Amino acid sequence: MSSSPTIGVLAIQGDVREHSKRLAESGAVVRAVKLHSDLAGISGLVIPGGESTTMSILAERNHLLEPLRELSKEIPMYGSCAGLIMLADVVTDGRVDQPTIGGLHITAQRNAFGRQRDSFEIDLDIAALGSPAFHAIFIRAPLVTRVSPAVQVLATIREPVAFGDTHSHDERVVAVRQGNLLATSFHPELTSDLRFHQYFVEMVRSA
Amino acid sequence: MTSQNDLNAQVATTRVKRGMADMLKGGVIMDVVNAEQARIAEDAGAVAVMALERVPADIRAQGGVARMSDPDMIDEIISAVSIPVMAKARIGHFVEAQVIESLGVDFIDESEVLTPADFTHHIDKWNFKTPFVCGATNLGEALRRINEGAAMIRSKGEAGTGDVSNATTHIRTITSEIRKLSSMRPDELYVAAKELQAPYDLVVEVARTGSLPVVLFTAGGIATPADAAMMMQLGADGVFVGSGIFKSGDPKSRAEAIVQATMNFDNPDEVAKASRGLGEAMVGINVADIPVPHRLAERGW
Repeated sequence: MSSSPTIGVLAIQGDVREHSKRLAESGAVVRAVKLHSDLAGISGLVIPGGESTTMSILAERNHLLEPLRELSKEIPMYGSCAGLIMLADVVTDGRVDQPTIGGLHITAQRNAFGRQRDSFEIDLDIAALGSPAFHAIFIRAPLVTRVSPAVQVLATIREPVAFGDTHSHDERVVAVRQGNLLATSFHPELTSDLRFHQYFVEMVRSA
Repeated sequence: MTSQNDLNAQVATTRVKRGMADMLKGGVIMDVVNAEQARIAEDAGAVAVMALERVPADIRAQGGVARMSDPDMIDEIISAVSIPVMAKARIGHFVEAQVIESLGVDFIDESEVLTPADFTHHIDKWNFKTPFVCGATNLGEALRRINEGAAMIRSKGEAGTGDVSNATTHIRTITSEIRKLSSMRPDELYVAAKELQAPYDLVVEVARTGSLPVVLFTAGGIATPADAAMMMQLGADGVFVGSGIFKSGDPKSRAEAIVQATMNFDNPDEVAKASRGLGEAMVGINVADIPVPHRLAERGW
């Protein structure tokens, strides 16, 4: 794999620009992906933050879902927030008919922290990135409520009150990796900390 | 619902408010007056819906004082869709904004489409956890709103007309004023701030970055896929469509077409495809035929 891999950013809608900037700063050549033909020749794909309902409806209408499903078996993909939902096998609290790319053996609960007024930022310890803590921004964010054994948990958040569907003091999962698929509930692209994007570019390089 | 004290989490910061607007980029936000329209908008691919009692074309036709929507109607729309819901408060009416926030609306539009409640002051938007979007006809107005806490700006057009000319003027004005600031020497920015009637620090920030510190959408008079694509090519991050959809002959097809054209704004083949077979656009009023005191875009100070 070349040292400057070409990484696509799914450009249906959302914070495409921020992801593109962070990927470029992390050493990737970036391509916006809107059409099926834009997928040819990319070595990795980022599915940005945005509205997952919109993204899934438009991906389907523009005949991108099936090609993306195929491609997710071949190249690394990283989804943040709405992107995590798009990669999840199962989505709860969304539209019943919301189609996803899938592949990541998790259940994602949409808007698990409440509505926009409940959105927050917080420092998370993420072993895979080392120290210092990673400043994570959660916006109408999903939670990972179930993971299959194949899934590696990268980050959790401790919640003392009512989070998602249960009352518990559990560690709730907010970042995962399963082979070539990476996903976060939060938005590393909205900060200038490049470690998550560098981690993904490294995944692409070594794929 | 989240109490994150034990977590060192900060709720409703400027970053999460502006970040929420970032997630809407490249999308279409549609005016809806009931749950059925909200579902049509969501199915068409809208990134958010704006809940309001009457679309601007009806406010214009019926006259009278236009106010915040009935909370029941807003609740109904919130439960009908999974996408974010916005609602409008009158300019300066901070209690309407408090009510809308308490309903759990995701974004508040302090809107000139409603009848202003205060002809001097806008709402102090820093006091709210819910982010605000405000209209602007020029850069100075945009920066004054940002200074008051707006997390998103929409350039104003003349709402409820189906005439895109005002929206064109205002998005061009804002983007060209930004370009002008970027070309200035640092010692010229003091007078620029004075002339824009905008805070110096924000003027410096815009000059340095070449863009607003928040997302810039455009609104008012957008009625066709080509209108939406033109706004995107002129530098908008996304579009609001009000009367243009549900006052047209075939709202479902038109909503889908405007979404397609916004996503593919730089691809004329796709915009052409989206423009086919949509039936009648909203009838429309030429902005020039509206007496000046009846123009909505001029509200805001």
